[in-house]
Amino acid sequence: MSPAGRHVYLDAARDLCPRIPAGTRRRERGSTFASVLLALLLSLLVLITVWIFAARVFPAPSSITAIGDQVDRQYALTLWITGAIFVLAQLGFAWAILRFRDRGQRARFVPGNSRLEFAWTVAAIILFLGLGVLGRRAWAESRFTPPSAGAIQVEVTESQFVFNFRYPGPDGKFGRLDPRLISPSTGNPLGLDDNDPAARDDVVVPQLTVPVNRQIALLIRSQDVVHNFFVRELRLQEDAVPGMIISVHFTPDRLGRYEIVCTQLCGLGHYRMHSYLNVVAASDYQAFLNQQQQALRQ
Amino acid sequence: MKSRVDSAQAAAPGQIGFVRRCLFSTDHKVIGIQYFFLALFAVLIGIVLSLFMRFHLVWPAAHLSWIPWLSGGLMTPEQYLALVTMHGTLMVFFVLTVAPQSAFGNYFLPLQIGAPEMAFPRLNMLSFWLTFVALLVMLAAFVVPGGAPISGWTAYTPLSSVGSVAGPGEGLGQTLWIASIGIFCIASLLGALNFISTTIDMRAPGMTLMRMPLTVWAWFVTAILSLLAFAVLLAAAILLLLDRSAGTSFFTPAGIVLSGQLQPHAGGSPLLWEHLFWFFGHPEVYIAILPGMGVTSHVLANFSRKPVFGYKAMAITLCAIGFLGFLVWGHHMFVSGMSPYSSIAFSLLTMSIGVPSAIKTCNWLGTIWHGKLQLKSPMLFSLGFVSVFVTGGLSGLFLAQPALDNMLHGTYYVVAHFHLIMGVAAIFGIFAATYLWFPKMFGRAMNERLGQIHFWLTFVGAYCIFMPMHFIGIEGGIRRYSDYTGANYLAALQPLHRFSTIAAFATAAAQLIFLFNLFWSLRKGAPASANPWNATTLEWATPSPPPRDNFGAWKPAVYRGPYEYSVPGAAADFIPQHLSPADLEAAGAD
Amino acid sequence: MAIGTLPNRSIGHGRHAGHDGRGAGAGGDHPSGDTPGGAIVPPRAYVTGITVALGAVLMFFMALVSAYIVRRDMPLSGWLPLAVFPRILWLDTLLLLASSFTLSRARRLLLAGRDSGFRFWWKITAGLGIAFLAGQLIAWRELAAAGVYLATNPSSSFFFVFTATHGLHILGGIAALLWVMFRRPRRLGLATATEVAAIYWHFMDGIWLFLFSLLLFAKA
Repeated sequence: MSPAGRHVYLDAARDLCPRIPAGTRRRERGSTFASVLLALLLSLLVLITVWIFAARVFPAPSSITAIGDQVDRQYALTLWITGAIFVLAQLGFAWAILRFRDRGQRARFVPGNSRLEFAWTVAAIILFLGLGVLGRRAWAESRFTPPSAGAIQVEVTESQFVFNFRYPGPDGKFGRLDPRLISPSTGNPLGLDDNDPAARDDVVVPQLTVPVNRQIALLIRSQDVVHNFFVRELRLQEDAVPGMIISVHFTPDRLGRYEIVCTQLCGLGHYRMHSYLNVVAASDYQAFLNQQQQALRQ
Repeated sequence: MKSRVDSAQAAAPGQIGFVRRCLFSTDHKVIGIQYFFLALFAVLIGIVLSLFMRFHLVWPAAHLSWIPWLSGGLMTPEQYLALVTMHGTLMVFFVLTVAPQSAFGNYFLPLQIGAPEMAFPRLNMLSFWLTFVALLVMLAAFVVPGGAPISGWTAYTPLSSVGSVAGPGEGLGQTLWIASIGIFCIASLLGALNFISTTIDMRAPGMTLMRMPLTVWAWFVTAILSLLAFAVLLAAAILLLLDRSAGTSFFTPAGIVLSGQLQPHAGGSPLLWEHLFWFFGHPEVYIAILPGMGVTSHVLANFSRKPVFGYKAMAITLCAIGFLGFLVWGHHMFVSGMSPYSSIAFSLLTMSIGVPSAIKTCNWLGTIWHGKLQLKSPMLFSLGFVSVFVTGGLSGLFLAQPALDNMLHGTYYVVAHFHLIMGVAAIFGIFAATYLWFPKMFGRAMNERLGQIHFWLTFVGAYCIFMPMHFIGIEGGIRRYSDYTGANYLAALQPLHRFSTIAAFATAAAQLIFLFNLFWSLRKGAPASANPWNATTLEWATPSPPPRDNFGAWKPAVYRGPYEYSVPGAAADFIPQHLSPADLEAAGAD
Repeated sequence: MAIGTLPNRSIGHGRHAGHDGRGAGAGGDHPSGDTPGGAIVPPRAYVTGITVALGAVLMFFMALVSAYIVRRDMPLSGWLPLAVFPRILWLDTLLLLASSFTLSRARRLLLAGRDSGFRFWWKITAGLGIAFLAGQLIAWRELAAAGVYLATNPSSSFFFVFTATHGLHILGGIAALLWVMFRRPRRLGLATATEVAAIYWHFMDGIWLFLFSLLLFAKA
């Protein structure tokens, strides 16, 4: 270091080193207003959010499967835990901002506290990993088990921008598909190959009709880009990926008409890609199947 | 190679021409400012795009006949999706990656570690100009036939890999998008390489790792993430480009039929693209947010006049979040057809990121506890950062569970989550950094009153935009819909959308205050002293703005940690890092 | 506060004076004009830099390789082994291996102060690199003659992508070798420059061995 440099450095050191005698109380102006306002806003945020959840202003539509109910319970548990953390954290900051605003006091020199830090690290590990482990159950029950042998099989084929549902017909077998035969305008949107006897009784419809209280196994596929199958009342969604057949299953326990939507960006008509899930009584389901077979024979 | 100028000219910086000084400068400070204005330009475009989207969602039938590119004043679905794609891409790449890391990191990393320059100044310049070219190429997608791509910033294949047969914008627009991303990757790799080498080898004497300001830690970890993540994205982008233009089948499956045509591809895997993309995409989230965490820690200590609570834990958690960030990409793919067993592994790893995040939040609370809080604009934005980080982080605990993702994936809940934690929090970090360092960068102070007004409006506005989106999502409102005439239940959510849109316009208007403050202060702001915030770190030990070589003849040396505020027994409530014990004694004796 | 009440610019003036004072005397340190000089960058930063850069290169190739493995092993992949496996790849591999040895030899001679020997072996290394690239081109032509192109099959797509991206990296390496040879780096010094080039070269050599064994394994 050159002598000149050293000199400058010492000057700077003197300039930068403050000369306020210890104990002098100086206070920045404007901090009171800001701290009160910020504490108020944070409390308001907590109040409004808690009120919206507590009063169930925007409830999720009620679930129609047992697994959906389980998802809802896990959701509620997560909401309780995160809600408590949310309230504690936001109010904690609000309080600290208000309490420790600059009133001319001297800040306390606290570079850390290993015990405290250890405590909240352990608490966070237990809370978050515990929540994750608990959350496994609802997922495992729907995804780790294959559909039961008696499940009703329906194939879901998605394409820009429609849903098609194929029932295997009385033979219980899905017929062969050939992408070269795809022709929605002549009533063969899936490219069913009529040379295959198993294909001749396959029913293709634009809406999904299923009987109540029976397990439904969907085979989800796509003809072109990635789509998605989502019914909010089922608490179930799954992508339709070209080149893959993905199986999901569910057992609806409530009659009704529910909307099916695509949640994966699939092109310009993404917003209008939707269909319906009709959960009907067993007898109505049989009538639906018979009617479809009749239509096929004509 | 640039021609060498003779030493006489080199001695007089004033004689270096405008082009070398301001355009093709190798000065990390000039480059940082260039990046800052590039990000500012990109964010303005991004905001305007989002306003068009919000407007269209709420008033889809409104005729905006004054906009030439709308046919008859109405926005088509593909135009809406082009806005979605370009808003996301501009914001993620050219704002959230560029501003916190490339802009402020470039300017302040060498200053804070006491280095006169980056390790590789020319690579640094090259990196900026590549980013600039990438931005131009990206914006060019708007004006080519077919328009900008409609496949979103994630560019899922095959939508993005088969060309214009998949939709408008999927022709040349998508190709330009991929090219731009490729160039951006190379620029980011060069930048990251520079950051890492500089941090490792250019620190001043005494600047041990555990004396580095937390901002430096954050930039350092972010640079490592960039280095590893962008290399993967570059590889993926090359393969995607080949699928589009050379007829290969990396990501494009066989037998797909679009517009009635069987596509000539064989057996590619869309999931492979998703894996490669999210292997980059998730660390990218941390690339955006980590510098904000660093700035927040830095500012909270400064304006609480207290040391950072648990400095070591703060540095370790930055590294932990960065490390875990590479192991959790699968949580974007719970419902993608990936194995449900891997979902559980990804879920638990994702939940465990909550641990370092919670530690950070507690430590931030610990930092302001028993402090002497001075609520200046940088402090306000940092406190805002913490609040938004908590809110956005907690909603992540829902999305991290595959069972709950079953009902929330693809809905506005996700939009709310990532906008709060990645968008708003990171932007608050950028604002805090701007208000904090503007005096150092330009030698003038920003207007404090305008800064405060800007904060109040932005803080309230941001929550008003994004909180309702949680509820839209819980009710099943799907994102990326240009119109809510599809599913019938979506129409019922319109009031929430309307609230969100109005808030978006109000918040965007509030940013005009910031812009005015910025440009007005550039010319008319009160002259700033070297250390206007009574701060301890090295960037404040040099004039505002610093000379070309940062510290002049002085070779800084460091004698203490970065956050020595209110040290008991000290004459004042801060001790700069470069004060030796002897200096301190000498100064105290005055 | 105390500092606020000080004449704000006093520190700045002080520093500027020091800066200017030094600047006049030390201008020669940094011939590039607007950079404060290579002298301030320690040589080890260049070694760090290349090591870090190779981290990115490694990630790049690992992404390609993992794509290769996933793509090959997935169901319905349509994967067919390469119709022909160009035998010249064996020769190329040997050339590249040899180049690593000649490079090490050149470095040893340089450190021993034997400049002409260094120049000789350094040129040989660059020559071997060029021969390797020529060999890769021959391999491409051999495949093309057999009707195997980039889009023929996923296996050929990956073959061309691997060889092309690796070849580009080798091309960069050759440029670096020639630059060290003919431009004689002033800022980082010959010892550091050759070290950096050598680290890069050996690494790309290793990457090729890895890719080659991957292709070879797939062939079998």
